[in-house]
Amino acid sequence: MDILDILRAALQQALGPQAIVFALAAIGLNIHFGYTGLLNFGQAGFVAVGAYGLAVSVVTFGAPFWLGIVMSLVAPLVLAVILGVPTLRLRADYLAIVTIAAAEVLRFVFGSVEMKETFGGSNGLNGYARPFQQANPYSSGIDLGIISFGRNDLWSLTVGWILVALCCLLVWALMRSPWGRVLRSIREDEDAVRSLGKNVFAYKMQALALGGVIGGLGGMFLALKQASVVPSDYSTLMTFYAFAALLLGGAARVLGPVVGSILFWFLIAGLGSFFSQSAGKGGWIPTVIMTDTQASVIRYIVLGLAIMLLMIFRPQGIFGDRREIAIDGR
Amino acid sequence: MRKRLYRVLVALIGALMVLLVGTPVAAQATETPPPDATAIQVTLQDEANKDAQGNPKPISGVTLEVTKDGKKAGEGVTDDKGVATIVVKELGKYTVTLDEKTLPEGTVLDENTKDKVTVTVRFQGPNNRAIFPIGVTAGEQSSFLKDFAENLRAGLVFALVLCLAGLGFSLIFGTTGLSNFAHGELLTFGAVMALSFDQIFKTGGLSSVSVILAGVIAVALGGLGGYVQDKLVWGPLRRRGTGLIAMMIISIGLAIFLRYLFQYFYGSSTHSLSQYSDQQREQHWYYLGLSLADREAVIVVIAIVTITAVCLWMAKSRMGKAMRAVSDNPALAASSGLRVDGVITNAWVIGAALTALSGVLYGMQLQVNSFMGMRILLVILAAVTLGGLGTIWGALVGSMVIGLVYELGPLFGVPTSIKEIGPLLIMIVILLVRPQGILGRKERLG
Repeated sequence: MDILDILRAALQQALGPQAIVFALAAIGLNIHFGYTGLLNFGQAGFVAVGAYGLAVSVVTFGAPFWLGIVMSLVAPLVLAVILGVPTLRLRADYLAIVTIAAAEVLRFVFGSVEMKETFGGSNGLNGYARPFQQANPYSSGIDLGIISFGRNDLWSLTVGWILVALCCLLVWALMRSPWGRVLRSIREDEDAVRSLGKNVFAYKMQALALGGVIGGLGGMFLALKQASVVPSDYSTLMTFYAFAALLLGGAARVLGPVVGSILFWFLIAGLGSFFSQSAGKGGWIPTVIMTDTQASVIRYIVLGLAIMLLMIFRPQGIFGDRREIAIDGR
Repeated sequence: MRKRLYRVLVALIGALMVLLVGTPVAAQATETPPPDATAIQVTLQDEANKDAQGNPKPISGVTLEVTKDGKKAGEGVTDDKGVATIVVKELGKYTVTLDEKTLPEGTVLDENTKDKVTVTVRFQGPNNRAIFPIGVTAGEQSSFLKDFAENLRAGLVFALVLCLAGLGFSLIFGTTGLSNFAHGELLTFGAVMALSFDQIFKTGGLSSVSVILAGVIAVALGGLGGYVQDKLVWGPLRRRGTGLIAMMIISIGLAIFLRYLFQYFYGSSTHSLSQYSDQQREQHWYYLGLSLADREAVIVVIAIVTITAVCLWMAKSRMGKAMRAVSDNPALAASSGLRVDGVITNAWVIGAALTALSGVLYGMQLQVNSFMGMRILLVILAAVTLGGLGTIWGALVGSMVIGLVYELGPLFGVPTSIKEIGPLLIMIVILLVRPQGILGRKERLG
């Protein structure tokens, strides 16, 4: 067992592109759930339309790259309006069911054989990311001793973490404005806000759209980094992982989702590496108890357990404030 | 007029082929002792002309020519098992050509069938594998009515399975208000438990009733699982006053936990229950024009009996009445002297057992794998939402509608590869226009 190896794998993931995608998705969720109290279980749908907005407009419709980027911001906005107009009046758990269903419908449509011409079917789309790769100013990768990133990864990471920082700044600025205070008061008591003459529906809609667009940014980043979009990436698990990251870091805190996402991937990759070293040939766990394939599954078992325990014993996560969590519904 | 297409399948024997066609081909492979030299083995089978056991009829006396770079490298004639072994000298790329003139009277290649296939010989020895894609794309023409009957049958069976799971969901939602995202895993639990006990019983003296016995045990364990869940997790949370949204997120954690726990023990591949394979569709039972395989008839009967029993029990028994009272208004039920916590525990036990039964039946109809519950969780949600969350009759009606829509949708323009979207779209629309569902009452809406 090589502790350094485990640490390397964990750090690589914690600072890598995956953490950025989930940080952006979780920042979006933080605006929905943490600040406004909207239970959006369809964040994967917003991430997906962000990614597909770029890929479809460039690959399928031959639009220039910059227009693809614009479309990847517009698509989540459109989805937010389509979803929001009818659903924002529903009770929290109904909203959750509608959004999760809508995200799944989107994923099915993107992956369907019948729409292969437009969305590329289950193989997805690629061949749109060249301008992004060409803009790479780095001439070589970076070696930080324990971890190292190649030239392309370094460029993605720079762009990604800048995006995350900008989004955090935006959330920080917005949430200390009067607008942000209205959002929080909607989370605490919708009727009280309404009685003060605020248009609750409009505020909720703005929150849904903003969080959706930030989630879409995550999708755009994933699409640029991978240079391909594949529908299976955007399953409900993506939403749940983003939720786990958010809850881990602490909802209703500006840096909660970012720290949560870094920690989430640190733990997932660390556990993965730990168990893959422990099981199989040369490991200390006998194969009767755990084989190689089983070793790759166990981190998700731990993840599920962790989500439960976190929500039961410390729903505010690491940084959160218990009084600021919207978990009392009905 | 229906044109009969003769489909001829020519295959090179190998592991790939065994996977695709099943045991008959494998049996032929072992019966023909291969020579020591490097060779290509070809099997010719008439897929359109099957015998009583459903095995395709072998075609004998057909000449096959093997060429390499345009030069002839060997020739062979299929024997009475439809197998030809053609010896070649070296490794490399070969083309196998079928001589159409030597096919027996009445057997013709259909339009989509090619008479050539390229084979790469990579290994010394006779086991060079590849697939001859002849006749695979050609389908029989079918009428709308036949498709409709076929899908109606599938839809009916699926709807009944869905109904049991929906009843379970409704019982739990009605008494606790929890949208349980781990409900799909309760279904998977039933299926994998049935699978495990089936594996135990099928070799012993109980092999003739192995699936039935395993199913009964799985349902009992499912109920026990519901009890344990309520005592360990949900009960303490209720007493602590944890909010419903927090519980919902906890149920997501539980779902992920259980799903990967099942994957840990059962892998990600598909398993079938032991009596699955000998259920041929040839042994039909005919009911109202629907032809059900024995297996499906059993599923239908079990489901209908159970659903009727549960409905009667809910309507007549003391506990059933208590459950309805709790789901109507827990505070009022408590103040009239009902032991609300006990009633909720009962709902968990019965709900989980019903869902496990649904998993057993679903595993009989399709097959068992660790992700089956997750895949239909949203369809279950769609069914109970359509009928009205928390109401028994709503779960029944909703499940029937959604089950039929799920299977009949493809006939009316829903793309087959994504037939899940039919139920999901219905659910979204219902939640928008009539959130209380078809049979729900308005005041249930918070």
